[in-house]
Amino acid sequence: MQLWLIPILPLAGFLINGILGRRFSKSLVNAVAIGSVVLSFLWVLKTLLALGALQEPHLEHYFTWIQSGDLVVNCDFMVDRLTAVFLLVVTGVGLLIHIYATGYMAHEGGYYRFFAYLNLFMFFMLVLVLGASYLLLFVGWEGVGLCSYLLIGFYFDKKFATDAGNKAFIVNRIGDFGFSLAMFLIFRNFQSLEFSQVFTKASSAQEWVLTTIGLLLMVGACGKSAQIPLYVWLPDAMAGPTPVSALIHAATMVTAGVYMTARSNVIYNHAPGAASVIAIIGVATAFLAATIGITQNDIKKVFAYSTVSQLGYMFVGIGSGAYAAGVWHVVTHAFFKALLFLGAGSVIHALGGEQDLRNMGGLRKKTPITFWTMCCAWVAISGVPPFAGFYSKDAILAAAYEHSPAIYWVGVITAGITAFYVSRAMFLAFFGEPRGHHHPHESPPVMWIPLAILGVLSLAGGFLFNIPEYLRDIFPPIHEADNPALVYISVAIGFAGIALAYLMYVARPGMADSLANALKAPYQLIYNKYFVDELYDATVVKPLVGGSRLVLWKGVDAGLIDGTVNGVGARARDVGSVLRLLQSGNIRSYAAWVLFGGVALIVMMGLAGGIR
Amino acid sequence: MLSAVPISWFLTLSAVLFALGVAGFLFRRNIITVFMSIELMLNAVNLSFVTFSYHYKSVDGHLFTFFVMVVAAAEAAVGLAIILTVFKNRGTLNIDDVDSMKN
Amino acid sequence: MDVILFLVFALIAVVCAINVVVQTHPISSALSLVGVMGSLAVLYLLLGAEFIAAAQVIVYAGAIMVLFIFVIMLLNAGAETRKGRSYMVQLLGVPLLIAFLGLAAFFVQRMYGDEAVTFGLFQKGGPKEIGQALFTTYLLPFEVTSLLILVAIVGAIVLARKEFD
Repeated sequence: MQLWLIPILPLAGFLINGILGRRFSKSLVNAVAIGSVVLSFLWVLKTLLALGALQEPHLEHYFTWIQSGDLVVNCDFMVDRLTAVFLLVVTGVGLLIHIYATGYMAHEGGYYRFFAYLNLFMFFMLVLVLGASYLLLFVGWEGVGLCSYLLIGFYFDKKFATDAGNKAFIVNRIGDFGFSLAMFLIFRNFQSLEFSQVFTKASSAQEWVLTTIGLLLMVGACGKSAQIPLYVWLPDAMAGPTPVSALIHAATMVTAGVYMTARSNVIYNHAPGAASVIAIIGVATAFLAATIGITQNDIKKVFAYSTVSQLGYMFVGIGSGAYAAGVWHVVTHAFFKALLFLGAGSVIHALGGEQDLRNMGGLRKKTPITFWTMCCAWVAISGVPPFAGFYSKDAILAAAYEHSPAIYWVGVITAGITAFYVSRAMFLAFFGEPRGHHHPHESPPVMWIPLAILGVLSLAGGFLFNIPEYLRDIFPPIHEADNPALVYISVAIGFAGIALAYLMYVARPGMADSLANALKAPYQLIYNKYFVDELYDATVVKPLVGGSRLVLWKGVDAGLIDGTVNGVGARARDVGSVLRLLQSGNIRSYAAWVLFGGVALIVMMGLAGGIR
Repeated sequence: MLSAVPISWFLTLSAVLFALGVAGFLFRRNIITVFMSIELMLNAVNLSFVTFSYHYKSVDGHLFTFFVMVVAAAEAAVGLAIILTVFKNRGTLNIDDVDSMKN
Repeated sequence: MDVILFLVFALIAVVCAINVVVQTHPISSALSLVGVMGSLAVLYLLLGAEFIAAAQVIVYAGAIMVLFIFVIMLLNAGAETRKGRSYMVQLLGVPLLIAFLGLAAFFVQRMYGDEAVTFGLFQKGGPKEIGQALFTTYLLPFEVTSLLILVAIVGAIVLARKEFD
């Protein structure tokens, strides 16, 4: 089926734009960047149509990549239904965001560079979902991390952007360390990194081994998918251009952790302890990030924390054994969160770069298309039936209730908070009186058409794409008690959140401030994001920097390594000053030494060999 | 009186010639004579090769001798060219005067 | 008969070799070297190495030594001028040399003492056998050798030519 064409096309786009893009006109850069993604998307469609029902995974072997002793890693691509879902999301949403970006980035410098990076990202993301072994997945995993770093630091002349890029990269290293350890353990125990072999052998492995592997994989997923305790990089990652936030830091890359854990479902099925840890981490992240989201004033930061929170939901699904529900939420979230970010980008674009919610307001009349499309995302993320978010979130919460009612209740409260902060952002941006001194204008069609498509998908995505049904063979549905009360509760809480936000920000605009003043201590705590960054700085970064300075730099580097190197140099000089006496420059004396050496060698050989 | 030559005589002769070559290499100062001493050593080694070839009843030693000859021819061509250049640049054939390798 | 042949030509070879070392004029050394090579050719014949004996005369005694003599004539090299000869070398070097040779002869005698060379016993030294081995087993070294010679020719020309303008 020529699966390799799917990732190669964006790679070709990257190479063409990256090498020649400087000389290209903008329309030519657009044609290459979007053309390669369109072709890739069409090839995905053609492949999936040709493969049909895809009951069995379709595997293509290309070449043996690494062969060393027992370790054999093939360059294989594999498509099963899980991969198919991700392929469609990545190429489909990716295509819309590429189109949007041509409008958003129209007046930015480094235009070709941006699209080259974006195409490179598409390549690595597709390798990630297509790879048939953990190592190939890891290649994509690291590659998207690289692109994420490059695109967060896209405005490299701004200190905060490069700092954010570094932060994302370094925090992800911690996660990748866990992932690497997990791969070592997998190879140690199962003698292979191919998914098919690992999962065959995993079902008969010891539980503690699987638990360890599962937890280490989760460390990797925590880094990439921004879960506690490694979520801190994602909010800062909003320093990148908004399409990047939408594509990489909302719709696709950050869901790689969900994909990886869902792919490893066999391991988690046999390691209930690790699965429970995932569920707890997920729900804690969801709740914590949602509360931070209430207090943020930067529109992109609100949605960034919302992303962290929604990713937490997905992990609740994974940890509860409802992998299909988690993947479903990946899909719907890709629609509505990409839409929210692109809408936010449209608002920022309309206001000429303004990101602060306090300086917005009244945009409903000025930018009606952006408003109405964002409303689609709003109702979707708030869990209003029958829109996309309602289905997936409800499936996750139902599974969580089976797993542990406590997780369910925290999840439901989080759902209410989610509805509240998204509504708050919407009310502050689009309702009331204009607070800034801007002259907003509606975005060009190239920007609002992707918004409209995503809007339709956000509204209809839930009942249009029944992901759990499609993935039934891979993830057998878990037994769920039919409990309609659960649904009513979560829907009611969602509406309550919206209503509360309406009350506080539209009906009585002064109420929010007075409430913040009344609850000064908790408000400050949340507003400062629980001081997690400061905590990490004090407990990890400072000691590490200090320790490195004192021990590694002054002690090891300057003392030990430099001392050794300089010492070796000095001794060599001493020896040389003795040996230079031999260098008479007289050829015959050299020849005599050669003879002396030759005779010595013969004598030694004679002694060693034993003269007969 | 021996009726046949012992193989050890050939090898001893080879050692003697080789030693004389070494002595010439070390004692002589004329660069051309030094070069001829090298040829003498090569010849001594060739004699060993041919003798061992007889000993092992195999033709391989002859081929090594053949290759040594080829290498010696190439070496003579290049070496004599070097000698010509040295003489052209320094006007001497005494190797004790050619000591620019010192510093 | 073989023994007499060997003794005669071995003697010539050793005397000529000593002459190579002790003669002060390069021309005398070169002519002595031709003597060594010629007598070695006879010894090769004795060992059944017909092809090598012929090559020894043609290549070594013929081509290479002519080249030597040609260069000696070209440079008009005179007799070696001795300055400050070291008697230490001769006092210590010559006895050491003789001791070393004695030792070598002793061990060679012990290792190969019971084997003797009979003329005509070794039949594989003809051009046919050499050629066969050269173009089968030793084909690659043979081809590499041709390359070596090419490099030597180019090198010699580059070294010895007059500078181009």
